[in-house]
Amino acid sequence: MRHSYFDYNATAPVAPEVLRTLAESLGEVYGNASSIHYFGQKARQRVEAARRSVAEMLGCDLREIVFTSGGTESDNLALFGTARLRPGCGIVTSAIEHPAVLSACARLEREGHPVTYVAPDSNGVVSPDSVAAAIVAMGATGIVSIMHANNETGVVQPIEAIAAVCRQSDVVFHVDGVQAAGKLDFPAGCDLYSISGHKFGAPKGVGAIYVRKGIALDPILYGGRHERERRAGTENVPGIIALGCAAGLSYDVAGIAALRDRLESGVLSRVPVCCVNGAGAPRLPNTTNVRFDGIEGEAMTIALDLRGYAVSSGSACSSGAVEPSHVLLAMGLTPEDARSSVRFSLGPGNTVDEVDGLIEAVVECAAHLRRISATFRPEEVGAHA
Amino acid sequence: MPELIAVAMSGGVDSSVVAALLKKQGLNIAGLTMQLWNQRRLPELQTEETTGRCCSLDDVYDARRVAEHIGVPYYVVNLEHQFEESVVEPFVSEYLAGRTPIPCTLCNTFIKFDQFLTLADSVGAGAIATGHYARVSFNDDTGRWEMRTALDFSKDQTYFLWGLTQAQLARTMFPLGGMNKIEVRALAEEFDLPVAKKAESYEICFVPNGDYAAFIDAYLKQKGVAAEAVAGAIVHEDGREMGRHAGAHHFTVGQRKGLGIANPEPLYVIATDPKSQTVTVGSGDALLRSTLTARDLNWVSWPGLSAPARVNVRIRNRHLPAAATIYPLPDGSVEARFDEPQRAITPGQGAVFYAGDLVVGGGWIE
Repeated sequence: MRHSYFDYNATAPVAPEVLRTLAESLGEVYGNASSIHYFGQKARQRVEAARRSVAEMLGCDLREIVFTSGGTESDNLALFGTARLRPGCGIVTSAIEHPAVLSACARLEREGHPVTYVAPDSNGVVSPDSVAAAIVAMGATGIVSIMHANNETGVVQPIEAIAAVCRQSDVVFHVDGVQAAGKLDFPAGCDLYSISGHKFGAPKGVGAIYVRKGIALDPILYGGRHERERRAGTENVPGIIALGCAAGLSYDVAGIAALRDRLESGVLSRVPVCCVNGAGAPRLPNTTNVRFDGIEGEAMTIALDLRGYAVSSGSACSSGAVEPSHVLLAMGLTPEDARSSVRFSLGPGNTVDEVDGLIEAVVECAAHLRRISATFRPEEVGAHA
Repeated sequence: MPELIAVAMSGGVDSSVVAALLKKQGLNIAGLTMQLWNQRRLPELQTEETTGRCCSLDDVYDARRVAEHIGVPYYVVNLEHQFEESVVEPFVSEYLAGRTPIPCTLCNTFIKFDQFLTLADSVGAGAIATGHYARVSFNDDTGRWEMRTALDFSKDQTYFLWGLTQAQLARTMFPLGGMNKIEVRALAEEFDLPVAKKAESYEICFVPNGDYAAFIDAYLKQKGVAAEAVAGAIVHEDGREMGRHAGAHHFTVGQRKGLGIANPEPLYVIATDPKSQTVTVGSGDALLRSTLTARDLNWVSWPGLSAPARVNVRIRNRHLPAAATIYPLPDGSVEARFDEPQRAITPGQGAVFYAGDLVVGGGWIE
C-alpha cells in the first residue's frame, strides 16, 4: 500500500538537499566548534554560516540567533529565561498555545508568577485588545507569549498589532513561531521568536530562538560559554548545519495553498455537514482543520491510516491515545465537536494525485462512519452546512 | 484484501497470542489498545506496582512492541470518558448502595463489546478478536450464537461475558477458548513474543492492589463528594453492637478478614445497609441461602425462559456452578432455587446460568 503524508504540522520529512548536507557534515565536520584547531575551526565556520542563513530567513542580525534543541527548549528558554530576571512578574499568554508554552507557564505559576490565559475568538484569533486588557488587569505584567500560527487550525495571529500593545507596556514579547517559520514572514516587533528545524526540512532535535538585541535572557542550562552564554552545551554541529541549509530553502506558498484549497473544497463539497475550524481567520497556507459532525476524529484518523493516508486529530497523550484538542475547546467548540475534527497539514512532498486520493478516502470514510454513528442524525443538523 | 479484524490488545500474553495467531493464519488484522483509565488520575493510590497495571504506559509499550514484532498496524484509542461513565461511576454508586458490583462485566457489556465493536466497525473492521477464554459458535438448528465455557475451565471467563448480545457474538472471535494456559504460553514462546514471560494480572484493572474501598474514597474525594456520613456501627445479627466502622463500602457480604473485631467464633459480614450505615455480622451459617432473584437478564444460548428449567448457577467468578431450578417471574426477572444452600449470595454480582458447558444466560443478583 502506498502511504501519503498529510501531517506536516506534526513534523516534516528532511528535505533532500538537507539530507545530503547532513550526511556530509555527519561524516566530515566532527570537530568541536569551540576547539581552536583546524577541525574545530571547520565546525565553527559551518555553525556560523548556518547562523547567517537562519538570520537571513528571519531578517535579523546573526548575533540575535541562539541555537537550541528545538521548539520546546526555545519556548522554555524564552519564558524561564525572562521570568527569572523579572521575579514575580505577571505573564499573559493564550489558551491556544502549544503545551511547550502552556506547561512552562503552569510551572512558572507555581513559582509565583501570576498567569492570564487569554481566550481566542470563535475563529481562534487572539485579539490585541484582549491582550491589552489582560496586561492592564494583571498589573505587573512582564512577559507576553503568543504563537505566530496555531499548529492545529493554522490560524495566524495578529502578531504585529500585539507587538505594538506590548511596546506601550514595557513587556517582553515572546512569539512561538514553530509552525510559522519558513511559511510566513518574520513579524516585526517581537523580542523573542522560537523556531524548530523539523517543521521545515531539518531533522528533529535542532531549533533556534531569536533574541532581539538588548533583551536580557538568563540561561536555563548551565555549563560552557556557548552561544554567548545563553545556551550551554557542545553545539549540535550537524543539526545546526542542517538547520541552516533548511532555512535557505524556498517554500512554495502558492503551490501548497492551491493543494490545500483543492483538498478543502473537495471535502466540503462532497461530504455533507462539515466545516472548517477557523475558516473566518487568516490561516497558514498548508493547514485545514475540518469538523465532521457525528464522526469521531480518532476513528477517521485510524480508518484513513489503514487506507494509507496519515492525518491527525487532537494531540496524543502519553499513551498515544487522542485527547480532544484544547485549542478547539478554547475556540468554544463542545468536546463532541472538538473530537469530531481532523487536521490535514500539507507540505512540499504532496501531489495533486495524493490530494485527490485523500478526498476519495475521506468521502468514503465519512459515509461509512456516519452509517454506524449513533450520534449522527442528518435531519437534526445542517445549520452551518 | 480479506476483511479486517480488530484485535483488542492489552499488552498481556493472551491478547498478544491472539494477534500473532490470527496474523499467522493470514488474516488481515489491526491491533487496538483501549486507553480506559489514567492510572495517574488518583495520585494517592500510586504505588510502585501501579506502573505495571492495565492501561499503564508499560502495557501500551508492550502491546506496541508485540504489534511491531508481528508486523501489524497498531493504535491506542481513548475510551476513558466512556469507561468512567459506564464502568467506574456505576461501580462506585453500586458499592455505595450496598451492593458488590463486577466492573469487568460492565466493561465487557458497555465498552469492549459495544464501544470497541463500534470503533472497530468505524475503522473498517467487521469483526473483533479478544484474548478471553470462552467459546462461541453458531447453532444452525436454533439460529442462535451460542457461548460455551473455555475448554480449560480454570481459565474460563464466561462469568464476565454473559451480557453479550447475539449481534455482538456474531462479530466476536475468542481464539483462545479451546486452549489452556500452557498451550498459550507455548505459542507465545513459539512466536517469540516480547511478552511471552510476562506475569498475569487478575485484579480489577483500575483498582490498585484490589483495595476497592481506598479507590472509592479517593475517587469521591476527587469528585468533591464529601465522604458522607459514612461511619457507622458493626452489629451482630443477635443485635449486639460489636464495634464501629469508617464506611459500609469498606465491607462486602461474605467478608471475614479485616473486620477489626475479636470474637471466639469466626464472624462474617452478612449484610450492609448503606442507609443506616449498619454492617451486620454473624456466623457463616447466616450467609447460606437457597434462592436468589436475578434481574436485567440477558439470554445467550437460549432465546429466553418460558418454563422452569434445570441449570447450574454460578454466583461468583471462582464459584463452582451449583445445581438449581430457574423460574421465570412475571416481571421478566428469574428466581433460582438451589438444590443445596449457597454461601454469600451477594447483591450486585452476576448470576450466570449454565446447561453443561453451554452459557444459557445471566442476570444481576438483586
